[in-house]
Amino acid sequence: MTSIAKPQIRHPGLLKNALGLTKQDYEGAMSTLCAGCGHDSVTAALVQAFWELDCPPHRAAKMSGIGCSSKTTAYFMKNSHGFNSVHGRMPSVTSGANAANRELMYIGISGDGDSLSIGLGQLSHAIRRNVRMLYVLENNGVYGLTKGQFSAASDIGSTSKKGEANVQAPIDPCLLALTLGATFVARSFSGDKAQLVPIIKAGLAHNGFALIDVISPCVSFNDHEGSTKSYKYTREHEVELTSADYVPLRSAITLAEAAKNETDGPTTVRMHDGSLVRFRNTHAGYDPTNREEAWLHVRQCQKRSEVATGVLFIDESGQDMHAVADTVSTPLADLPYSALCPGAAALDTLMKDYR
Amino acid sequence: MTQPAHYHKVVDCQYACPAHTNVPEYLRLIAQGKFSESYLLNRESNVFPGILGRTCDRPCEPACRRGRIDGTPVAICRLKRVAADLRDDISDRLPKAPTQKNGKRIALIGAGPSSLTVANDLMPLGYSITLFEKHSQAGGLMRFNIPAFRLPASVLDEETGYILDMGVDVRYNTSVDSMQALLAEGYDAVFVGSGAPKGKELDLPGRHEGNASEVIHIGIEWLGSVHFGHVTQTAPRVLIIGVGNTAMDCCRSARRLGATSVKVVARRSRPHFKASPWELEDAEEEQVEILENHAPKRFVYEQGKLVGMEFERLVWSETNGRQSSIVSDTIIIGCDTVILAIGQDNAFPWIEKDIGIAFGEHNLPVVDKLTHQSTRAEVFFGGDAAWGPQNIIWAVEHGHQAAVSIHNHCQGISPGERLPFMMNLTSVKSGMQAWAYSNDFNPKPRAKMSHEALVNRFAGIAIEVELGFTAEQTATEVERCLNCDIETHFTSKLCIECDACVDVCPVNCLTIAAPTDSESELRTRLSAPATNLTQDLYLSEPLPQTGRLMVKDEDLCVHCGLCAERCPTAAWDMRKFDLVVPYASQQCSSKVQRAL
Ligand SMILES: Cc1cc2nc3c(=O)[nH]c(=O)nc-3n(C[C@H](O)[C@H](O)[C@H](O)COP(=O)(O)OP(=O)(O)OC[C@H]3O[C@@H](n4cnc5c(N)ncnc54)[C@H](O)[C@@H]3O)c2cc1C
Ligand SMILES: Cc1ncc(C[n+]2csc(CCOP(=O)(O)OP(=O)(O)O)c2C)c(N)n1
Ligand code: SF4
Ligand code: SF4
Ligand code: SF4
Ligand SMILES: [Mg+2]
Repeated sequence: MTSIAKPQIRHPGLLKNALGLTKQDYEGAMSTLCAGCGHDSVTAALVQAFWELDCPPHRAAKMSGIGCSSKTTAYFMKNSHGFNSVHGRMPSVTSGANAANRELMYIGISGDGDSLSIGLGQLSHAIRRNVRMLYVLENNGVYGLTKGQFSAASDIGSTSKKGEANVQAPIDPCLLALTLGATFVARSFSGDKAQLVPIIKAGLAHNGFALIDVISPCVSFNDHEGSTKSYKYTREHEVELTSADYVPLRSAITLAEAAKNETDGPTTVRMHDGSLVRFRNTHAGYDPTNREEAWLHVRQCQKRSEVATGVLFIDESGQDMHAVADTVSTPLADLPYSALCPGAAALDTLMKDYR
Repeated sequence: MTQPAHYHKVVDCQYACPAHTNVPEYLRLIAQGKFSESYLLNRESNVFPGILGRTCDRPCEPACRRGRIDGTPVAICRLKRVAADLRDDISDRLPKAPTQKNGKRIALIGAGPSSLTVANDLMPLGYSITLFEKHSQAGGLMRFNIPAFRLPASVLDEETGYILDMGVDVRYNTSVDSMQALLAEGYDAVFVGSGAPKGKELDLPGRHEGNASEVIHIGIEWLGSVHFGHVTQTAPRVLIIGVGNTAMDCCRSARRLGATSVKVVARRSRPHFKASPWELEDAEEEQVEILENHAPKRFVYEQGKLVGMEFERLVWSETNGRQSSIVSDTIIIGCDTVILAIGQDNAFPWIEKDIGIAFGEHNLPVVDKLTHQSTRAEVFFGGDAAWGPQNIIWAVEHGHQAAVSIHNHCQGISPGERLPFMMNLTSVKSGMQAWAYSNDFNPKPRAKMSHEALVNRFAGIAIEVELGFTAEQTATEVERCLNCDIETHFTSKLCIECDACVDVCPVNCLTIAAPTDSESELRTRLSAPATNLTQDLYLSEPLPQTGRLMVKDEDLCVHCGLCAERCPTAAWDMRKFDLVVPYASQQCSSKVQRAL
């Protein structure tokens, strides 16, 4: 019996995706998180999504900060690039990486502490700049790694393991992102992969900053009676506002079919790569393409102690950081040195323009 | 889930073993170097570990879960031999017969494995047992037909001795010629373990021509003659008709008695052969040629001397699951000797037809499947005598079951009143991230048995071919055992539905699924489709938070324990399953309980 090493053995019937890879090829090291941590389920959902999307692992960069959540980049896509930054700096480091090479797929993993306390400024600006990345905020309402202190996501009245109630108002990352102009805002739950996997896929297809706030319970410090981020509380208070299906762009989808798809649900959004996010109506009248309404709805849910989940808002017409700044499309590493660094004479010419 | 049946079925080897041998436990004991304990544990169920460790038909191995994981099962059978070879003197740890007898007299007919097992189970309970054996040694077909190069006489002597030395009154060279006369001696019960002694005939043109009586033999009789030294050599070219156990022993014996060209001829193609793949390999290693799709037609003589056999060559096809054949052509294969190895029949010329023992089809007695009782209350049948030729391990199991019935019968309890199987389940968690068992579930090749060199092998009929496993082979092979008896055990009310177990399981056994009325529907929507219908699904009670079910497909579980390791609430636990098989001795205590 081994409890540490990742077994080599796998189901003999493992399917291969279009790249000839199995799900095992999208796994990483054995998790060192506590048994039962929600973050491990998020990892499993990410693995599932990458595999289903036929993502080439060497074209992805996994970015993180500090926290149990931030450790999870080690547990998937072992053959990808990655940067484990200091606490709260992941959004900035990712902005820089994306500025230098827009061709990679950026997956940022953070926690409520990492994103909403020390890193709140970084997160805000990454949203504002619309850095093209998937931003997974594994939200457990505490600083798990440092043994369970309340975080900026803790609800008023939610108690610590010892019974003490939190008195500070929480920051809701979804409301924050809506306010700051984010173009993809979703919330999900680590215990509901059926919902989480399509949202991850849609977020990866989004042309801009895609935030998923994933309620991801901390079994060791925040899964007790009195916690508002426990498995039980989340299941009892979850209200699914939208249910999204992600329809990838495959040659099998004819244009006619796609057009039909666009009309048969309450809302279908065509992503910039041609794939579709189709919403099934789970909450009468909710329109995930209307920012103001979305904000109001989520806020009302919050007031009723409901946890609003689903793709809460999507706007595929936004321009990402590169489009706004009109940057060169070639990754900097691929530019010839003469173009990347044209020399003192070129600089002088440029400077003259500003004089 | 408290049904022993579910847990029992998960231990594929033990479930497939007719005698329910506790394979994983005996392999663990070997791994710990406890060879004597392993031997004794084996002996409880299969009685002849040394013999079976060399000869068993090993139904456990095709069933072994390891085969479904990396293609080859654990070498269960030959590890049994390791325990037997390396054990210390265990004679003082064997059951003993009490000096005070219980006053009941039992007669056993035939000293094959079934009768010996009855004696093994009943002697310690105080019975006086008389064993009648036609020949001069104990063991039955294991002695007279299984060649000594597969099973040395010393092993037979030792293991039959353990039983007979408890004080069985053995009458060798005593054939029972009249059941009526035997019954008249007033035994409280009679067990018929006389086997299926008649080799099948092949009545084709030429069967009784020319020199047929000298050169055409019935396989099991011929093997008997080889055993008793009546046959010591063969002509150069030998044809064996049939491709079962007997054919394999005949062809390999013939190679040792001087035959230079030995062909085994079969009607069907290889996948349909009765002989096991390993027997075929062993024969082919000795340059025996195996011919498929040949149907014997006639014996060919020249001047009264057998010179060959004519065969029709068949082409088989399958329509609606039924096999049929057409003849493509005929061929004559030259030979000097033919051995017919096409099966055995039962024959009971010595059982009178009017003494209340009814016979049904194929000269087989009417015998109750559960109790082994015939239509005459005090007469029981087992081994090949009951339902036709099977194998040693089935004969042993029959012996155990007949012993329970005989014991009941002698105590005035109906033989049908039997104790159920029971189980013990004990957690093997032994600390933080520590579990009291060890297995290597990653793919690993099966240990290969080394054989005596071909040049040495043919120097005599009794040179044992298999050399046994080395210490290194043993050490890695026991780790290949997945410990299927260390089972996943689920407690629904503890589960918080965190998915950790589902996510970590390397072989996708687990799913938290919405309830259903239809198991077949459920099988399609699990983490991996559950396509092996011979393997059960485990369904939990509704889970506390959502009312969904924890579903486990037992098929490919490698018993790694990771689900239990990653479960935050110990809803999954690894528990050691111990099957409690009721033998005659347990039946005894149940009687005491009833009396209380
Ligand atoms: C060639 C050959 C090879 C085999 N190889 C294997 C193998 O590798 N593995 C395996 O598991 N099985 C093997 N078998 C089958 C196995 O040997 C038998 O299934 C098993 O021995 C049956 O046991 P039994 O108790 O029914 O009696 P048997 O072993 O058949 O013994 C019956 C005994 O009864 C005696 N007897 C018969 N009639 C009377 C009478 N009227 N009075 C007194 N005594 C009598 C006989 O002399 C004999 O000693 C093989 C069989 C053959 C023929
Ligand atoms: C600059 C800095 N300040 C403080 C810490 C201590 N620290 C480590 S992890 C952590 C909070 C992590 O919380 P969160 O992001 O919610 O992750 P979780 O462990 O809950 O998944 C803190 C405050 C640190 N590592 N670095
Ligand atoms: S402390 Fe909490 S967040 Fe960290 S690994 Fe354990 S359960 Fe997960
Ligand atoms: S023991 Fe548990 S984790 Fe391991 S294979 Fe079996 S079900 Fe899966
Ligand atoms: S790991 Fe344990 S608590 Fe979590 S879902 Fe599995 S059985 Fe339930
Ligand atoms: Mg946290």
